[in-house]
Amino acid sequence: MKAGHKIAVMSSALLVLAVGFLYPGKNVSAASEGKITGTIKLDGTAPRQRPIDMSKEPSCAKIHESNPVHMENVVAGANGALQNVVVYVSEGLTGNEASAVSSETPTWDQKGCQYIPHVMALNPNQHFKVTNSDQTSHNIHPMPKQGGPNHEWNKSQPTGAPPFDIFWTNEEIAVPVKCNIHPWMHGYMAVVKGPNAVSDASGSFTINLPPGSYTVTAWQEELGTQTQKVTVGAGKPATADFTFKAK
Amino acid sequence: MHDMSAHVTQHAPPTSFIRKHIFSLDHKVIGKQYYGMALLAAVAGMFLSWLMRIHLGWTNYAIPGLELLSKNGAPGNVMTPEFYLQLMTMHATIMVFFVLTTAPFAAFGNYFLPIQVGAEDMPFPHFNMMSFWVTFAGFLVLMSSFFVPDGPTLGGWTQYAPLSAVGKVSGPGQGTGVILWATSITLFCVGQLLGALNFITTTLDMRTRGMSMWRLPLSAWGWFITSCMGLTAFAVLMPACILLILDHVAGTSFFVPANLVINDQLQPHSGGSTLLWQHLFWFFGHPEVYIAIVPGMGMVSHVLITNMRKPMLSHRVLVYSMGALAVLSYMVYGHHMFVSGMNPVSSLAFSFPTLVITIPSTILVLIWLGSLYGAKLRINTASLFALGFVSMFISGGVSGFFLAQPSTDIMLHATYFVVGHFHMVMGVAAMFGIFAGTYFWFPKMFGRMMNETLGKLHFWLSFVGAYCIFMPFHYLGLAGNVRRYQAFVNDYTLRLIPVHRFITVAALCTGAAQLIFLYNLIHSRFWGEPATDNPWQGTSLEWSTPTTPPPHNNFGDKLPEVFHDPYQYGVEGSTGDYVMQTSPEQIKGAIDEA
Amino acid sequence: MAKLVAVTIVVIAIISAIPILRHTWWMAEDISTHGAPIDEQMSETMAEAGISFLASQILLAYFIWRFSGSRPGEKIKHLPGGAKAMVWAAILLVGTEVMALGIFGTKAWATIYFTPPAADAMPIQVQAGQFAFYFRYPGPDGKFGPTHPDLINEGTQNFFGLDQDHDPDSKDDIVTAEMAIPINHEIHLLMHAKDVGHSFFVPELRVQQDFVPGLDLSLHFTATKIGRYEIVCTQLCGLGHYNMKAYLSVKSQSDFDDWLKKQAAQQ
Repeated sequence: MKAGHKIAVMSSALLVLAVGFLYPGKNVSAASEGKITGTIKLDGTAPRQRPIDMSKEPSCAKIHESNPVHMENVVAGANGALQNVVVYVSEGLTGNEASAVSSETPTWDQKGCQYIPHVMALNPNQHFKVTNSDQTSHNIHPMPKQGGPNHEWNKSQPTGAPPFDIFWTNEEIAVPVKCNIHPWMHGYMAVVKGPNAVSDASGSFTINLPPGSYTVTAWQEELGTQTQKVTVGAGKPATADFTFKAK
Repeated sequence: MHDMSAHVTQHAPPTSFIRKHIFSLDHKVIGKQYYGMALLAAVAGMFLSWLMRIHLGWTNYAIPGLELLSKNGAPGNVMTPEFYLQLMTMHATIMVFFVLTTAPFAAFGNYFLPIQVGAEDMPFPHFNMMSFWVTFAGFLVLMSSFFVPDGPTLGGWTQYAPLSAVGKVSGPGQGTGVILWATSITLFCVGQLLGALNFITTTLDMRTRGMSMWRLPLSAWGWFITSCMGLTAFAVLMPACILLILDHVAGTSFFVPANLVINDQLQPHSGGSTLLWQHLFWFFGHPEVYIAIVPGMGMVSHVLITNMRKPMLSHRVLVYSMGALAVLSYMVYGHHMFVSGMNPVSSLAFSFPTLVITIPSTILVLIWLGSLYGAKLRINTASLFALGFVSMFISGGVSGFFLAQPSTDIMLHATYFVVGHFHMVMGVAAMFGIFAGTYFWFPKMFGRMMNETLGKLHFWLSFVGAYCIFMPFHYLGLAGNVRRYQAFVNDYTLRLIPVHRFITVAALCTGAAQLIFLYNLIHSRFWGEPATDNPWQGTSLEWSTPTTPPPHNNFGDKLPEVFHDPYQYGVEGSTGDYVMQTSPEQIKGAIDEA
Repeated sequence: MAKLVAVTIVVIAIISAIPILRHTWWMAEDISTHGAPIDEQMSETMAEAGISFLASQILLAYFIWRFSGSRPGEKIKHLPGGAKAMVWAAILLVGTEVMALGIFGTKAWATIYFTPPAADAMPIQVQAGQFAFYFRYPGPDGKFGPTHPDLINEGTQNFFGLDQDHDPDSKDDIVTAEMAIPINHEIHLLMHAKDVGHSFFVPELRVQQDFVPGLDLSLHFTATKIGRYEIVCTQLCGLGHYNMKAYLSVKSQSDFDDWLKKQAAQQ
């Protein structure tokens, strides 16, 4: 090859490499998006989750006649798998990642006189829908920290009323929600910045994150919080398991 | 007795539009202003009751347009439980205070008391003007609670503590809504106290020459006795409302004891008494219901006599009976509290005056009935509503027998039985008193007659309609239907829902019939047949004014002189079938009790 | 038109009386030991009220019919006896009757409120709070453990604020959402209000009593018929007032003992 051609090819290659390094990577390939997965367990015996007597609301009591409902404060499954634990990133998010708002609109349903889900995690300013699937009126009353930045609200939703759309403006871990009409109804809304997850019945969770170093926090409504430092690399998911000690 | 014939009240006829129609010192204008406000309030209150009744009959029904009234209260036009209670609280507050206390007493009383005693005006015209405007301000403050974010208070017009005193933690509307409610009522009390002062002094000090107390017409006695009650009753409600406001804004605990837990939060109050609120409220509350009905009793007696062409069996007995009702009304208030947790001995103690109060009430009814005997009763809209008043007062009154005894009250307290009872006596009888007064005095106030055909139609639809609405309430109550429920979810109330639907239909029809009245009022005001000075051939002083409507100072150059008792009808030896109070004609057969 | 008014009044009066006479919508059956005097009071009052109502409406109608219009050729008359007769009629026909009702009615009231609970009455505590009733049985030790308002947590079903870890008397307390009682056994109901005013009403039991925040009241009663009845709140307590209720289950003694054991196991 002539010397001029060699230079042209070399510089083009260099140029491509340079672009490859310097380009901010908007279309990051799947291989470079990271993940944290894990399992959350309870060490010890879960406190007794008493059965809930819904006799004052016959339409709901009937639904659960053959399958009584229990408290959901500490839901531990087989092998101590802990459900309803909120997992979120407490440190390490960039400015853009922290202020990003998920475009999903989860539903907070009232069904069989229970809140489904019992615990919901969402971002500040992330919209969610509240629906009433029961034959009785419910009253959704979240009680954020008194004096805090989130405003308390109290809305009734009769049978037949349309779902309503609402959002929280500030972080709070977590806002307890109750139904004034049915005192046993109880749940939590954890308002956290950045990607988040709630552990399922097998205690597992997955959070999608770009590669980096993070501190991840797990919150359980009765057992408190646990933190872990996790480094996420491109490709293989990082693991963060949590174990909560029973009280 | 004062000779007031030479006295001049010293406010010259107004010249500017504002002085004539807005900030007027003239008791007649003030009376009309009160009437206008009461009319506005009645329409608002009635509209709220329609919404309530539709919801009770068809609970999850999406009422078209309801969301415009409140987005939170009616998502997708379906009424929420709290919105029902808010509408109910506003319905009751508007009706009890701004309709039933203003129209029979402040509206007609302001207009006609000075004239019936033979005065130019009330002795404190500036207080009188303030009385209206302060009351109206109270009305505006109350209505403004519809526009605050959480809406009006939902605690009922009785606002029992601690629900009313702990703030918004106890429910939507229990923060700002209660403060606005209590402020509104405080203003209302101030306005009515100013009015009561004027009424009492007018009656005692402003009577013209020859007008002794016993020569006052029964309507004047009704207003006078009511104003005495008003002075003492509102004077208790006002500080109670102020204490309630302080519990909200000043961290006091007049009505809130310690250790209350709401929404899992311990409340920062201690030392207060919830029963204290009930005592203060009902000490006012029971005289209040007599304040609502006694003017009607006076007006209806007056209207009946004029139409019967004979006086009542005894003028004095009627006056003494109304007076007895007023005095006893302070001793009975605990019957609202039989099962409240107060000492059960007190319950028995309160039940006895409550049973005794049936005696003057029965005397009144029997005198009205007994006076009809031998009469030549003219049937016109005014007399029809007056007769309707008597029928309704009987119906509402007998249900009181049950509520006066603590033992039977155990089964009927807080049920629809109570709601039926008070609607019949207040919601219907008192309203019929207002209608009777309106049809009777409209010609004197506006110089025109109201349309009789429309009036009679209004009567028939209202009379039959009101019975269709409120009689079934008693059956619901006996069956155990609890009140203040936005929906009926108890097993034993499911079969009562058809009764509720019947009531709703009756209520909507009867409500629509009131449009006939509104139309009649407005049309007659401008295009009614011109009225003479004395279209009913009445004897009392309002029929002897030199012009119709009366001139600014009511009687022109000279105040009238009174020679006779108020009801000289069918007197033997007189030239006509009636002798006016101002007629110097000496009649041998005149029944002069004075 | 006068005659039409008269007829209408009579028709309305009669139609109004029919559902009462036929008990179309009536009080629930009485399952209490103290209810008979109340029901008797109710019947006697109904008779007095009913007669007064019908007589006065019919009299009103008759007078309207007979004495309306100008009645040419007839003179104005006055009722013989005049006002005095009416005053006496009011006192004798109504006044003495209602006073008699009042005096006899004190016995019904006294049986409920002026007699103490029996020595072997079963104590049950009921707490009324927005918007449900919860009940507490003292358990085998017969004692109610202390309540701590600051420990009340509906989310963990600690409705009474019990501290079972530190208060020995609370350990065996049984908290339930339904009130079961044995038949023919007097109950001493201890009433506590958690937040605002409420009321305890069971029509079949002939019992209605307000809860007063800051004042712990009590009632006693005995149920005489097995069945399931509703306890409803009758004192406006907020948005859920209409749905504030619980079931009262009257059981045989053995069924009650089984129920209590089962509830204890679920604590």
